[in-house]
Order: sequence, then structure tokens, then C-alpha cells
Amino acid sequence: MEWMAWTWPTAAFFGVIAALLITFTVLAVRYPETPRHGVLGIETTRGDRLFITLLGSAFINLAWLAIVGAHQPYAMLVCLLYAAAVFRWV
Amino acid sequence: MMQEKTVNHKAWFLVLPVLVLVAFSAVIPLMTVVNYSVQDSFGNNQFFWAGLEWFREMLAEERMWDALARQMAFSAIILAIEVPLGIFVALNMPKRGFWTSFCLVVMSLPLLVPWNVVGTIWQIFGRVDIGLLGYTLDALGIEYNYTQNVIDAWVTVIVMDVWHWTSLVALLAYAGLQSIPDAYYQAAKIDQASRWKVFRYIELPKMAGVLMIAILLRFMDSFMIYTEPFVVTGGGPGNATTFLSIDLVKMALGQFDLGPAAAFSIMYFLVILLISWVFYTVMTNLDKREGN
Repeated sequence: MEWMAWTWPTAAFFGVIAALLITFTVLAVRYPETPRHGVLGIETTRGDRLFITLLGSAFINLAWLAIVGAHQPYAMLVCLLYAAAVFRWV
Repeated sequence: MMQEKTVNHKAWFLVLPVLVLVAFSAVIPLMTVVNYSVQDSFGNNQFFWAGLEWFREMLAEERMWDALARQMAFSAIILAIEVPLGIFVALNMPKRGFWTSFCLVVMSLPLLVPWNVVGTIWQIFGRVDIGLLGYTLDALGIEYNYTQNVIDAWVTVIVMDVWHWTSLVALLAYAGLQSIPDAYYQAAKIDQASRWKVFRYIELPKMAGVLMIAILLRFMDSFMIYTEPFVVTGGGPGNATTFLSIDLVKMALGQFDLGPAAAFSIMYFLVILLISWVFYTVMTNLDKREGN
């Protein structure tokens, strides 16, 4: 594993993503849902909304880094707001 | 009577081998790239924490934005040429008989040629001293030099891609056309529909699904293009045809700047992921609308 050059922050990052994926898989199996149409006009399930959240969060973080350039943790607050909006309206 | 679909989660075990394969070929390398992107590496496998420094540096770097702009322009141009041209070719292909098979085989030939061979073919083809294209253009009095003139280099790379991949679009569009029952054409004839209306209201909607696949495939392939322009122009003249992957390889293997190159790769990956997701969503929604 040494060749992969692991660090604690990256391990935690992937840990969180893995945990999210497992949680959502369990949820999908335990509590099946019917897809719904949101503001984007596309059918989404919880898993789709998670994907949109994660991908969007990556871009929010990059945009924050490029435009603000400091206090990166605040970008995560924006991401949380974004996540809430995606799960509520998309 | 319609049968209810049964849900059986044991089927997931069947995709397990694929998951393992993808883990080794994609997930683990991607994780390694993420690890590299937040560290500075020195010889002897020494790594030092760099945080978001490489991302900050790459986002401020004009080099990456320029390569991204060139890449977008390249993908947009080849899609704008290959998709209409592919449809045009498919519409004019014979519908049945010996010539159908003949056309199909001839059209598949460019698809079978490996990338680096295509690059070599066009590199020689375009040379003014020994290449047929370069020599002919020179003899006609047209100045052409893809190693020194930016426009010539772009034209060569684009024509090469069109030569290599238009058949793919044509073959997919042809498959879409073949699936249209004759009844549709007969109905159009009774209504005295013009050729354009037949295309617009019968052929195009029926081809939409396969065309989206063609656009997705061509977009992804062109967005990741490396070998062909690398062999023909080497990214030149200057940086004129240095597309994203060429720049990335220069950075990662030429300069051995693993950290910045890893940050660059992740952003490259995110852009591809975003655009592919958009295409995929549009595609599945089209399918659903057709199904209704």
C-alpha cells in the first residue's frame, strides 16, 4: 500500500465517500423508492441526488479555491447548503 | 398478460467480477492520483504534504485553461462535422443488396486502424516532400505545412479525426435507420411529406437514441485524444495542438511534476464526468420518452 502514498486526509475523504455509498445502497435495498421529477425535469432517485451532490461539491470547492482562495472549510458550508437544496428540490 | 418483473438482489453477485476488475483498473489508480495531488514528491518515493497547493497553482495556471479551451474547440469542431456527415452518409447508403455489405465493410476499415498508425499515416500523407496530400497541395500552389502553420496543423488533425471516426457515426446512424419499419415511409408518402419532413419527423426521432450514443462516444474519445495529434504534430507548432492529455503527459512524465499533474488529472476527470453525466441523463430521458 505504500506505493499509493496514502495520507490521513485522503483516507478520511475516501472513507466518507465509501460510507455514503454503503449507506445509500442499504437505504435503497431496505426502503425502495419511486423516482421523482424535480426542478431539473429529470427522474432522480436518492442515489442520483447523491451523485449530483458529490459532483457539484467538487466544482464548488474548486470554484471557491479559484475565486476566494482562502478559508477552504467555508466551501464545505456552501456544499452542505447545495446538498440540502439538491435533496429537497432535484 | 404483462408479467411482473421480479427483483432478485442475488443478481448483483454476477457483476462482482466486473467490480473487482474496475477496482484494479480504475478505482485504485484514481485513489492514488488523489493521494498524489495533495503531496509533493521527491525521488526515492518521498512524499510531503502540500494540501491544496497544486490545485491552487493549476487553477491559476494559464497553460491548463488554454489546453482546456483548445480541447473544447477541438471536440466541438469534430462533433459539428462528424455527426451531420455521418448522418448524411448513412442516409445515402444502399438499404439492401450486395452494396450494403460492401459499404459496411469499407466504412469499418478506418475504425480498425490503431491510433498511432493513423497518426503515422497522416504524418506522412501530409508531408510536402513525399506525402500525397502535401505534395498535391504544394503542386497546386497552395501553401501547406502542418509543422509550422497553426491553421494547417489544426486542419490536418481535424481531417484525420473525421477520416478515422465518421464511419462510427455513420454505422450507428445506419443501424438506427434500419430499425424504422416501412409503414412509416408509406404513411409519409400517403401524406405527401417532403424529403425534409420525412427526415425531420420520422428518421431523426427514430435515430435519436443511437445518435446520442454516437455523440457521447465521439465526445469522450475526442476529449481524451492523445496519440494521433501527438504523432502528427507533437502538440505543435508551439502549443497550438497541445490538447489536455498531451499537456498532462508533458507535465507528468516530461517534467515529472506528479503533484500538479495529479491535480490537473482530477480536474480533467471532473469535467469529463460532468459532461458524460449530462449526456447520459439526456440519453436515458430520451429512451424513457420513446418508451411511453
